[in-house]
Amino acid sequence: MAAIAHDTHEDHGALHHQFENIEQQNDSYIVGMWTFLVTEVMFFGALFLIYTLYRSMYQMDWYLAHEELDVKLGAFNTIVLLISSFTVAVAVRSAQRKERGLVLANIGITIACAFIFLIVKAFEYSAKFEHHLYPGPTFGAVPEHLNGANANYAQLFYGLYFGMTGLHALHIIVGIIVLSALFNLWWRKCDSVMKDYIPTELVGLYWHFVDLVWIFLFPLMYLMPKPH
Amino acid sequence: MPFNFPLQPPRASSFADQHDALFYTLCILTLLFTTIVGFGVIFFTIKYRKGSPADRSRPIYEDLRLELSWTIIPLILGLFIFYWGASLFVTMRVPPKDAQEIYVIGKQWMWHVQHPNGVRENNTLHVPVGKPVKLIMISQDVIHAFYIPAFRVQMHVVPGRYTTLWFNATQPGKYHLFCSMYCGTQHSEMGGTVVAMPAKEYAEWIANGGQSTTPMTMEQSGQKLFTSLACNNCHGAKDTVKGPSLYSIYNTRRRMSNGELVLADDAYLRESILRPHNQLSAGYGQEMPEYQGQLTEEDVIKLVAYMKVLGLPTAAVPTSGTDRGSAVTTGARNSMTPLSSNAIQFQQQGENPTDATPTSRKGNLSVNAIAAQQEEAGQ
Amino acid sequence: MISQPAPAASETNYINEFGGLKSWLLTGDHKRIAILYLISVTFFFFLGSVAAAMIRWELTAPAGVVLESDTYNKVFSSHGVIMVFTFLVVAIPSVFGNFFLPIMIGARDMAFPRLNLLSWYLYMAGGILILAGMINGGVDGGWTFYTPYSSMYSNSNVTLVLTGVFIIGFSSITTGINFIVTTHKMRAPGMTWFRLPLFVWAHYATAVVIILGTPVVAITLLLVVFERAFKLPIFNPELGGDPVLFQHLFWFYSHPAVYIMILPAFGIISELIANFARKRVFGYHFIAFSTLAIAGLGFLVWGHHMFISSQSMYQGIVFSLISFLVAVPSAIKVFNWTATLYKANIRLQSPMLYALGFIGLFTVGGLTGLFLGSMGTDVHLTATYFVVAHFHYVMVGGTMTAFLGGLHYWWPKMTGRLYAEGLAKANAIIVFLGFNLTFFPQFIVGWLGMPRRYHYYYLAPEYQVYNIMSTLGSGFLGIGFLLPAFYLSKSLMNGRKASANPWGAHGLEWEIPSPPPSTNFLQIPIVLDEVYDFDPVTEYEQDRAQQAIEHAHEHPGMMDSHDETASKLEEGGH
Repeated sequence: MAAIAHDTHEDHGALHHQFENIEQQNDSYIVGMWTFLVTEVMFFGALFLIYTLYRSMYQMDWYLAHEELDVKLGAFNTIVLLISSFTVAVAVRSAQRKERGLVLANIGITIACAFIFLIVKAFEYSAKFEHHLYPGPTFGAVPEHLNGANANYAQLFYGLYFGMTGLHALHIIVGIIVLSALFNLWWRKCDSVMKDYIPTELVGLYWHFVDLVWIFLFPLMYLMPKPH
Repeated sequence: MPFNFPLQPPRASSFADQHDALFYTLCILTLLFTTIVGFGVIFFTIKYRKGSPADRSRPIYEDLRLELSWTIIPLILGLFIFYWGASLFVTMRVPPKDAQEIYVIGKQWMWHVQHPNGVRENNTLHVPVGKPVKLIMISQDVIHAFYIPAFRVQMHVVPGRYTTLWFNATQPGKYHLFCSMYCGTQHSEMGGTVVAMPAKEYAEWIANGGQSTTPMTMEQSGQKLFTSLACNNCHGAKDTVKGPSLYSIYNTRRRMSNGELVLADDAYLRESILRPHNQLSAGYGQEMPEYQGQLTEEDVIKLVAYMKVLGLPTAAVPTSGTDRGSAVTTGARNSMTPLSSNAIQFQQQGENPTDATPTSRKGNLSVNAIAAQQEEAGQ
Repeated sequence: MISQPAPAASETNYINEFGGLKSWLLTGDHKRIAILYLISVTFFFFLGSVAAAMIRWELTAPAGVVLESDTYNKVFSSHGVIMVFTFLVVAIPSVFGNFFLPIMIGARDMAFPRLNLLSWYLYMAGGILILAGMINGGVDGGWTFYTPYSSMYSNSNVTLVLTGVFIIGFSSITTGINFIVTTHKMRAPGMTWFRLPLFVWAHYATAVVIILGTPVVAITLLLVVFERAFKLPIFNPELGGDPVLFQHLFWFYSHPAVYIMILPAFGIISELIANFARKRVFGYHFIAFSTLAIAGLGFLVWGHHMFISSQSMYQGIVFSLISFLVAVPSAIKVFNWTATLYKANIRLQSPMLYALGFIGLFTVGGLTGLFLGSMGTDVHLTATYFVVAHFHYVMVGGTMTAFLGGLHYWWPKMTGRLYAEGLAKANAIIVFLGFNLTFFPQFIVGWLGMPRRYHYYYLAPEYQVYNIMSTLGSGFLGIGFLLPAFYLSKSLMNGRKASANPWGAHGLEWEIPSPPPSTNFLQIPIVLDEVYDFDPVTEYEQDRAQQAIEHAHEHPGMMDSHDETASKLEEGGH
């Protein structure tokens, strides 16, 4: 498995000095990204654990509090993110086939979807701020919007709602930045992406993860069944 | 500086014997395995040091039987210890149904104890010997922990939920009480004494509203009187318009209002209590009421005895003779570093602490708590 | 092994190849990054030691000596935060792991050199924030930051310090990712898993623990910061939040964290024992698998820190049971290392002294852990100085001793210089004796009931005598930590040049020059031999031959720039 003497770099990107061959390099990057995603699972996982505990302790109050969330907007956002996952997958496949036009188009749509998601989120958040549902000294100042939930337990719900969706939104923002950087590299026809599909694949993996977190968040936050 | 080398804490509860049996078994196991390993290392290091004429042919690099034996034997020993420890824990966790309940509230930085009939005490816990006692505890602020080493019991005291611990004291005496969960500035001062008394004495103590019938010293009785007669309202640590300070007054020369210098001996002190208007200190009028006819001579003797030690370093404060265990310190105070008022109060109490509430409550609150108070007060 | 052509000692190496500060601060070379880490962790270690000295000084008197309680509380908290987060978790993996993992597997560098550099910058950023917190008035609450004290009551620099810890967490995570990918993907041809040095196994298992555990504590500490800074209610009992939940989340990482601290140390000890006993480690497979077992089981025992926290009795029983299970793999290692010494050829050079000291101290530390894993005794001993003694035995007597052993062992390789071996041997003994005098009395005073984190103990002056003993010991221990700073610095300035293999050890790192060239290997080796490929009988014969030569030439015995094997071959050794 020594380095092959004649490597013309025609069919892949530059080989970094620490690697012996392109397969080792590509494998390493993929394994590295998956390892990173494992850490992200643990990061969000702790929050899901806290959520599970408090929801089981305060089922009725959390059900009542959650009724304030707009299911339609949440569902819309879910579809938007699913579409963006599809387009980023197409972008990865196009990158493997070196179809620059398709790559640019699909990354563009992905970014657009991400922005739409954030805009909808901004609407939701502003509604919550208006109704004094943000944790803090003025929480619950508009009692109708508590829907009969105990104010303290509702505050815990909203603490987790903002914490978890906020952290998720932060990951979306990071995703937008990374996707834009990727778009830029494809736009300028840089060898690092034109000849090497791995960077595109890595970004795609990250984006799929961000979508997956939302797939869990949406039902947990928006689709609570009424407790008996 | 005491140069005693205590090697075990007092055994004062029914748990202590069971606990110590397990503890010493663990000590023996630790010693045994440390010796085996240590001996092995030293012996091999000497026998097989480089160049030594030992037989090194057919060296062993793995041996499944050996590996399995030193896996399985420690495992079995470990499981045995686990089982013993877990059973002991279950015993410690499940109080008997007839346990007497006492309530404990922990807050920064003191323990407040309430006995069922309403008797309250601070930083002290009186319990009967030979009867199971269950503490029901909660915190008013942060997580504390209630720890009585001599009873081998310890439990977190948590805000927002009750936690319990139970014990059956077996030896009368005084034992350390500590807070053992870091809770802020005075965490290490948030302690006190557990007083275990024979059941009959405890019953008397409770019936007496929390007063012990064991004899107090003259100075202690005098202190009680001083407080109950509210002498301290006018006579504080420093001279005020209401009255002069009586700290370290004994045998000093005092200026009278007529200019004379008088020695503050026993007679002077007695006269100042019964007929203060006969000898007014310079700068004061007839504000002090006269106690002639209101106090017995015995009372006066107690007050005078107290005034003889008031304001002196606490090493001079004697405690009564029934001192079991060294729970109350009398001499370990370094005058350089200021102690919290809790600590000073604690040291001045001697045998029968009644109320260890800090003199300056504000000074003992965390800044956050003070801020909260001020907020409430509308500042 | 197909070994490298041996260049002369003064050839270009990773230190002198690229000059200038910028080449160091923008390096991707894992060896340079390791040196950057070495400098930073040493700095933080001495900072944490100053805090320790202040603690010990204060505790000589029941009512303190010079500090106010607030200050004392911040000092002990700083000691914990600095030692745990900026030293213990980081030191061995980021210094020796970074330097030697790629070389030991026959790679030119880590899989992600730039990520490696990022991890050092994250460490520095986090460390600077922690320092800022100290300078800005300090932090209290202990390194454990229990809520609601840390989230609602403390008026110290909790936010600043926890943000720093959060950032250091990501330094750790990036290091972990690098170790995992490198070990999986960049082993040289013929370097199968079971030919890997146990040092590599140890760091691989550590990396797995890091990536699974660190994110949990990162988010937990972040939540405390949010609760303080933005009033986000998570652990607030007044709102129905659960302060004990913090403890579950915190210890879910912090227990595996102690395995992050000790597994790399185990890796070093395996290397030292094998190479100074000149014998393959006994039970290589058992040690490798027990390492994985510790990493796995270590995630299931966190509740043994919480037996009296109000968690249910049944939870406690499960945690206690698994704690006894996780003790067994560590015992296996200790027995295996001891058995390695049987029919070996043991030389007592300074790294070996540290390794043997480790075995003794870790055995005591590990066994005293059983007192705490056993629920009945834990009720009495938890939160006392017994716990403090236990974890210092494993952390200082274990991890720190292994760090010093590795530092001495690999010093010639990393720097190309030899150090004063006589002083180093004496130092190992000073550390061992000073350590025991410092921490053994703490077992006793903890058993007597002295709680930890106590500034004053005037309620129980009978504790004073043990505290004075402990402080006395800490003075000696301090000397043991300061001395290497001097003789190792001196070695840097004018130590004798080291050959590629001054110890006569086995391992790919000993087949390349000291210091190594930037790309480690001129060509990637092809691995054909087993690891620790010593034969005790041959070794014995070589030793006898060498002793005969020494006797004839009256040599003092410390290696000079000639390779030991080469000199023996020259003189007709075997």
